[in-house]
Amino acid sequence: MPDLCSLPDDALLDRLQRGAFGYFVETMNPLNGLIPDTSRENSPVSIAVVGFALSAYPVAVERGWMERAEAVRRTLLALRFFSDSDQSGSPTATGYKGFYYHFLDIHSGARVWQSELSMIDSALLIAGMLTAATYFTGAGADENELRELADLLYRRVDWRWSQDGGGTIRQGWKPESGFLHYGWEGYSEAIVLYALALGSPTHPISDDCYPAWTATYQWENLYGQDFLYAGPLFVHQFSQAWIDLRGIRDHFMREKHSDYFENSRRAVFVQRKYTQLNPNEFVGYDENCWGLSACDGPSDEQPQVQNERRRLFGYAARGVPYGPDDGTLSPPSVLASLPFAPDLALAALRNMLLRYPHLLSHDRLTTSFNATLVDRDGQPWMSPGHYGLDQGIVLMMIENHRSESIWQLLHGCDYLADGLRLAGFTGGWLQATTTGAMPR
Amino acid sequence: MTARFDATISTPLDAFEHKHLAEVHPEAWNNPESSGPYQLVIIGAGPAGLAAAREAAALGARVALIERHLIGGTCFNTGCIPSKTLIRSASVYAEMRDAARYGAQAPADIRVDFAAVMTRLRRIRSHLTATTSVRRLAASGVDVFFGHTRFESVDSLSVNGQVLKFDKALIATGARPHIPDIPGLKQAGFLTNATVFDLTELPPRLLVIGGGPLGCELAQAFQRLGSRVTIVQDLPLFLQHEERDAAQTLSDAFARDGIEVRLNTGATEVRVEGGERVVDLVSDDYRSTIRVDAILAGVGRRPNVQGLALEVAAIDYDEVRGISVDDHLRSSNPRIFAAGDVCLDGKYTDIAEESARIVVRNALLGGREQLSKLVVPWCTYTDPEIAHVGMYVREANALGIPVKTFTVPMHQNDRAVTDSEEVGFVKIHIREGSDSILGATIVSRHAGDMINEITLAMVADIGLRTLAKVIHAYPTKTDAIREAAMAYNRTRITPRVLARLHRWLAR
Repeated sequence: MPDLCSLPDDALLDRLQRGAFGYFVETMNPLNGLIPDTSRENSPVSIAVVGFALSAYPVAVERGWMERAEAVRRTLLALRFFSDSDQSGSPTATGYKGFYYHFLDIHSGARVWQSELSMIDSALLIAGMLTAATYFTGAGADENELRELADLLYRRVDWRWSQDGGGTIRQGWKPESGFLHYGWEGYSEAIVLYALALGSPTHPISDDCYPAWTATYQWENLYGQDFLYAGPLFVHQFSQAWIDLRGIRDHFMREKHSDYFENSRRAVFVQRKYTQLNPNEFVGYDENCWGLSACDGPSDEQPQVQNERRRLFGYAARGVPYGPDDGTLSPPSVLASLPFAPDLALAALRNMLLRYPHLLSHDRLTTSFNATLVDRDGQPWMSPGHYGLDQGIVLMMIENHRSESIWQLLHGCDYLADGLRLAGFTGGWLQATTTGAMPR
Repeated sequence: MTARFDATISTPLDAFEHKHLAEVHPEAWNNPESSGPYQLVIIGAGPAGLAAAREAAALGARVALIERHLIGGTCFNTGCIPSKTLIRSASVYAEMRDAARYGAQAPADIRVDFAAVMTRLRRIRSHLTATTSVRRLAASGVDVFFGHTRFESVDSLSVNGQVLKFDKALIATGARPHIPDIPGLKQAGFLTNATVFDLTELPPRLLVIGGGPLGCELAQAFQRLGSRVTIVQDLPLFLQHEERDAAQTLSDAFARDGIEVRLNTGATEVRVEGGERVVDLVSDDYRSTIRVDAILAGVGRRPNVQGLALEVAAIDYDEVRGISVDDHLRSSNPRIFAAGDVCLDGKYTDIAEESARIVVRNALLGGREQLSKLVVPWCTYTDPEIAHVGMYVREANALGIPVKTFTVPMHQNDRAVTDSEEVGFVKIHIREGSDSILGATIVSRHAGDMINEITLAMVADIGLRTLAKVIHAYPTKTDAIREAAMAYNRTRITPRVLARLHRWLAR
């Protein structure tokens, strides 16, 4: 290694994208189509990772990495599982009101870790289902069933219930204690959630829900960039794995003469500036080594560093400029910035791979590393194994960078387009597509 | 095994305390015999009442000031003054432990002398109360009464049965600790701001219930003085009115100090077992139990509206919100006004004093001054401090005002870096499309001092363009404010302006 780095950009990206896809192929439970959260032993299923897998199959078919029939078979396994799953909302069920618990047992599909019924993770799963349904438009029985199941599973989600009578969508719900009693404040990865929830022909959220959420936005000038602030990079990426937010604008972005795609580009500049300033003097940080985002971390069990008290975190959403920042960076979040700032993302990725070759194994990026924490051999701390979320976002963002095919595909998803329109988005490709047929 | 923590609380009656009491509630005090009529009667001698009394006396008005307990109110006796004194001592210990951060040698054995800390507190409190001395007030022309007050009619009240007639009255009775309704808490015993400064022994383990300003300040101070502090807050962040990034920075600072932070957590039951206080906590479906030596609760505030017979004087009020006043601070009885904590949401000394001054001018001089026109900063004195003035972004959004924030992280400020105090930021909110300042939040050591520059700019209607021209001494932390103003100036250089500039330079 890294012979990868000697490859030209497109060949490098092809290897990384295919490596990412391999995660889904290798880790899927062949009996139910579910995908584990991480490659570690006994990892439960993360429903969001399943959403990424369902979105990845069409890409693999287009790239010739998987037969269409096999992709349909895998997709149907998962859709049938969710369709038949226990929706009673009991502490060991799979879901409730069309939503699903965040983490499930990979064999039984029952809730584990007392996890919450997660609105955002359910939305990412549903987005994957709709991606599959929009792609697999064949006339055969399997593809017909696939579309019917995806439609049914989307339509049964009771988005309105998730407002709990309030102004915005709640973060989660637990059978033991009801809705998590705190909501979301500020810009987050939830645009896809709101678009799906608004576009629902059956149980949409109320019309004032999206403005209520965006009312908590902060428009900031930071390091010379005017941008809609969010600290961790993934916030600027996740919705745009599916939704083409180039040139379409909601009320907020119209007022600011920007759009969410441009905003994600500026978020890259802010990250670069922060790591260049490196206020906490962490090892490795510079303008070509960044990526503060949600990722695994070394946690507090690690030895003290340089006689100075440093606080280490486990899995946490690291962000700029207010932290938390413990010296841990997420290489996948750099690669996922590719559509927004291709030159900067590639320059950083190549630099990081040259400097820390062990970031890559099986052509897959580790979720995180910390160069300030080194072992006896001088090797940086590295999160073991791989995370499904990383592989999913990397695969989709490389695809959107290379061909824009996921974005183009979902221009044709009426539910999403309707949801975006109801959120007040106008212009760009939305102008060119017609309103969906669903009566409201 | 160390001896068990002694939870009994009573102020040590040392020389400082005798002096303090002699100033603020002399034992031998005789109330004046006058029955009025007074041009202004003020109920409550906290910051609001004192500010009003001094202002009214300076105008030559015939004024009476009535106090139930101690002159100076919460701020002087059980609030700002003792807490800031304690915080300073605590920060010295924190810096000693953290000396290596500054390239200095940490003392080998850092032992906290809690008794000395509290003696200093009483000395300084006693020293400062000389300025609020009853005799000095009386000498300035204020009739000072001690005792219980109740209204007798729309234009009279009584103090310990003695009836006083008034033309105008000001209710400035302040607020008291709000005791959360947790089963077993009262039986187990707990500290409030009214009693915590009377401690003579440091509780080895302290639970703070509630993450408002005072709870946060004291949690950090006691941790730094050596208590093992747990703070529970039934919300996702501390200081619920402050902006998210400020509160997040504070959470991180607490964790660095070693405070056990329990957000989204409530206390459900308290009991005493073997001399320890055992507290059940719940966060959604996660239940846990902690054992502590002392509990600090009641750091929220409730207005003092009881026992005044407000109904007799036709004054509308609410047990939680306090006395209802209009923007001129007038109650439902046009003769009677209110000021400070008893009627305002912002329970801060500076707002209390200023609102009282407005009342004096409105009540005695027929003024029409409005509370809403005030530009009032406030600060939570944690490390880092969290200071705010004017509007929050969410308030501007709710009013439909387009708002843009200029942010300068303190790690971009040279003085913060030289002082190893890079945590925090300056955020200035402006009305987008102008340079007019709507508000600001500053998080930094000494943010409370820094915010005053923004307040000055807002009161004097100075925008960012002018602030950018103000040379600040270098290197200072307030330079971060000018840096924000200069960032604003840079945004004025649009591509069109830049093109014109290039053409001109290329002549």
